Parts: sequence; structure tokens; C-alpha cells
Amino acid sequence: MRYTPSLKRITPWLFGAALLVAWEIAVTRAQIPSYILPTPSQIWAVLSTEFITLLQSAWVTLQITLLAFSAAVATGVGLAILFSRFKLVETLLYPYVVILQVTPVIAIAPLILIWVGFDNVNVALILIGWIVAFFPMLTNSVAGMKAVDPDMQDLFTLYRASSLQRLIRLELPAAFPSMLTGAKISGGLALIGAVVAEFVAGSGSSTGLAWRIIEAGNRLDIAAMFAALLLLSVLGIAIFNLLSLLEWVALKNWHPSFTQQTDKNGQ
Amino acid sequence: MQDTVLSLEDICFTYGAPASSYDAAARAGTLALGPVSQNFRKSEITAIIGPSGCGKSTLLRIIGGLRKPSQGKITGHHDNAKTGFVFQDPTLLAWQNIRDNVCLPMQLAGLSKAEQASRAQKVLELVGLETWQDSMPRQLSGGMKMRVSLARALVGEPNLLLFDEPFAALDELTRNRLDEELRQIIMDRKATGIFVTHSLSESVFLADRILVLSHRPGRIIFELEVEGPDQRDADWRRAPRFHEHCAQLSELMTQDSREFNGGQS
Repeated sequence: MRYTPSLKRITPWLFGAALLVAWEIAVTRAQIPSYILPTPSQIWAVLSTEFITLLQSAWVTLQITLLAFSAAVATGVGLAILFSRFKLVETLLYPYVVILQVTPVIAIAPLILIWVGFDNVNVALILIGWIVAFFPMLTNSVAGMKAVDPDMQDLFTLYRASSLQRLIRLELPAAFPSMLTGAKISGGLALIGAVVAEFVAGSGSSTGLAWRIIEAGNRLDIAAMFAALLLLSVLGIAIFNLLSLLEWVALKNWHPSFTQQTDKNGQ
Repeated sequence: MQDTVLSLEDICFTYGAPASSYDAAARAGTLALGPVSQNFRKSEITAIIGPSGCGKSTLLRIIGGLRKPSQGKITGHHDNAKTGFVFQDPTLLAWQNIRDNVCLPMQLAGLSKAEQASRAQKVLELVGLETWQDSMPRQLSGGMKMRVSLARALVGEPNLLLFDEPFAALDELTRNRLDEELRQIIMDRKATGIFVTHSLSESVFLADRILVLSHRPGRIIFELEVEGPDQRDADWRRAPRFHEHCAQLSELMTQDSREFNGGQS
């Protein structure tokens, strides 16, 4: 049989299905207790019976993730614009941005929770998610804006473009692909940040997916842990794919990463 | 004698001068260009040739007001809005279609949409790309992109046109054809053209006058008045005079190169 593209597409799915079947058989045969490792069918059972509560938890986590991500995009792009306009701001702030980035968020999280207060725990969660997601958004935007062709800059100088015209017509569109790359990284990191934050925030205060995992772990309900974990992966995949879709829609007409094939055929 | 529209007086350009350096010579920076003094005239194309790194591109940018000379002054024509610049690369905005790329200078100047559309139409017809207005730059060949770049430079009806090795990346046939059209366009508009190239034959084909720059620091070591017809086509490329000029320039530049390399060792 020939290895056709459609076959290639379903190969990972087939592999995953085979793995699930092997898992089911192995666990049943070896009689591993479900509080150590449940079978896929047991996980599926939990997922279907507790679907609504899990979905509610997922919605909580998703909200925190999206708010943290939006804040990261806004501040990342905003600060990149500020850096490009005022060299002093970059010199002043950049070292501290790096410090914020290299300090493990899990170590700062308790501090933030205390400062923001457990009354506003969601604000603290968003803040923690933002800290994780912010840096790649900033660095990619800065890199994109700095990479503008100097001849292009000269062209805008020649036609006496104002600083705003230069920003809107040249620098932002030219940096847009890098910004999207940053956003794809940031989107995943915002989810990680939100989950880490929930873990640190702990009991009672949060009802997101991470809390479901902790709670199920305390009850040794491993199947429920897996179910929540599965939903977390689904969220992560959805965020990544949505951003990839946005990238494709925005760049398909002009960016070399999407047009190379047509160029080759065209010439 | 035709009227002078632009004159350069003792123009120098110095690269990077670290003020903190202890070495007086380093503090003064590296002289890359000059002093250069020269007049440019209306309805005339001047080619600037010279070895790589001689500062010919820098000189062109100084003339266009894109770089500040370290010394010297420019008098006469110095109105950016009436200057067209064609770079070595087409420098098109990849995310905009051909029409919007050509309209860019007018958009930046805030011209009305109707005015933009009619002027864009006119210059695109001039370069033969009026049917490509809605295409994206990536859909065009290298030569066509260069035509768009030329159209964009012409759209402001400039009286000074500056070219920085614009056709260097194109195949020879395309380049020859564009050179012919370019000369015609500049002559029709009675504009002043300054053309930087490292191709001797291109300079002889296009220009009325050729300035030869030396190795760094670039200075004008020779000025050649090209004895060619006003209308130039393939016949001029075959003319004995054309080849004499080329040979003359080639000899001159080889000699400068030998002196330069001798001085180095």
C-alpha cells in the first residue's frame, strides 16, 4: 500500500487509538487497581458523568487564561511600541523585564496571592498567568519591529512620514508575523500560568480545572484526574490551533512562510 | 551649458566616532567619503561608479537627504517631496497590493483618494503594469517588482530621481530593457537623474556624465562626458564609442584598484 497524504494524516490518530486499546488490555490483564492507573474506559465514564462540572471548571480556567493572554498581548505590544519610540524606556525597563521572566513564577506566585489578597483571587491568578505569558509577546514584538528593512525606513523618511504613520503603515504590519509567533507561545504559556496559579492558590478559592485535579488527587480518584487533564490538553490545543488559524488568515496572501509553494509553481 | 539644480560642496562622511576613545584618530572616526564637490544639471543623467565600499550609496543617500553629511553642504534642489528614490531591492510593502504600494507616497502626504487613483493609474501604465494593480508583490517577477518601485518613485512627479543599483539583481536582458525605458522617462520629464551602479556598461549606456569614485575614502577621481545620442537603444550598445568609453573606464578603475592594493601591503 502506498503512503498517501491522507493516510499520513490519520497515522497519528491510529497510533493513539492503538495505544488506548493496549492500555485498556494491559491494565485489565494485570489487574492494576484504578487508584493507581484507571483504564481509558473508566476515564471516559468519569468524563461523561461529570461532564457539566468539568466543563464549568474548564470555563473558569479558560477565562483566566484568556484574560492573562489578552493582558500579555496588550502590554507586550504596547511596551514594544514604547521601546521603539523611546530608547531610554527600553534601557530602563528591559533588565527588570528579564528578571521577571527568569524568576520561576511558582516562587513568586505565593507573594502575589498574599499581596493581591485571597478576596481577589482571580485577579491574582490573572496576574500570575500574565507574568508567564508576557515575555515572549514582548521579545517577539520588539524583534519584529527592529527587523524592519532599513531601506524601507529610508523610504518613509524620504516621504516625510510622521512617527505615527511609520508605526501604523510600516513597523506594526512588518512586525505582525513575529507578534503572531509570540502570541502562539504566549497563549500556551498563559494556560500553564493559570494552572500553576490555581495550584498555588489551593483549596476553596478556585474552581478551575487545576483545582479539580488537586481535589481528585486527594480522593485518589485517578480517573477524574485524567479527565480534568484531558480537558486541559484540549484547551491548550484549541488555543494553539485558533492562533495558528488567525496566523494563516492574516498572512496567507503575502508572507513567505505561506506563499513559498505558490511562488515555486508560479515561476 | 544646462542649468545647475543641485550642487555639492566638500561633502564628507565619517563613520562611527567613539567620543570615549583615547586614540585621537579613532575619535575622529573613519572617513568613508569625500571631500566631494559636484554640480548636477537638469535633464541630465549622472552615473556614479566605483569599487564596493567607496561610499557611492552613502553619497546618494546624502543627496536624497536620508543621511546627514559630516561636513560640507548641499545647495539647490533639496525638496524630499520632489525626490524619487529607487533602492537596490524593490522595497515594496509585502502586505499591500501593487496599487497601494504605488500610492504610498501620496497616502503619506495625505492626497485625496481620487487624485491617488488617477496618478497611480498613470504611472502604472507608464511602466506597463496597469493590469497588475490588485496583485500582491510576491506574485510579480523581480523585474516587475522593480518596475513597481520605479512607478512609486515617479508618482510624486519628482524632478530629482536617485537610483541605488536598482537593477543589479536582474538578468541582463531585463536590465537592458529597463535601462532604456528609464532613460526615456527621465528625459521626457526633464528631470535630474543620479544613478549608482557598479556596472561600467550600464553607466555608459544610461548616463550623460560618469563620475568615477576612488577606493575608500571615496573621491571623484575622474569625470567622463559620454559622447552618446540623446535617444539610446540597442544601437548605442553596439556603437564603437560605447565600447571606447567602457574600455577607458575599465582601465581607470583597474589602475585605481592596483594602487589601492599596493598601498595596503
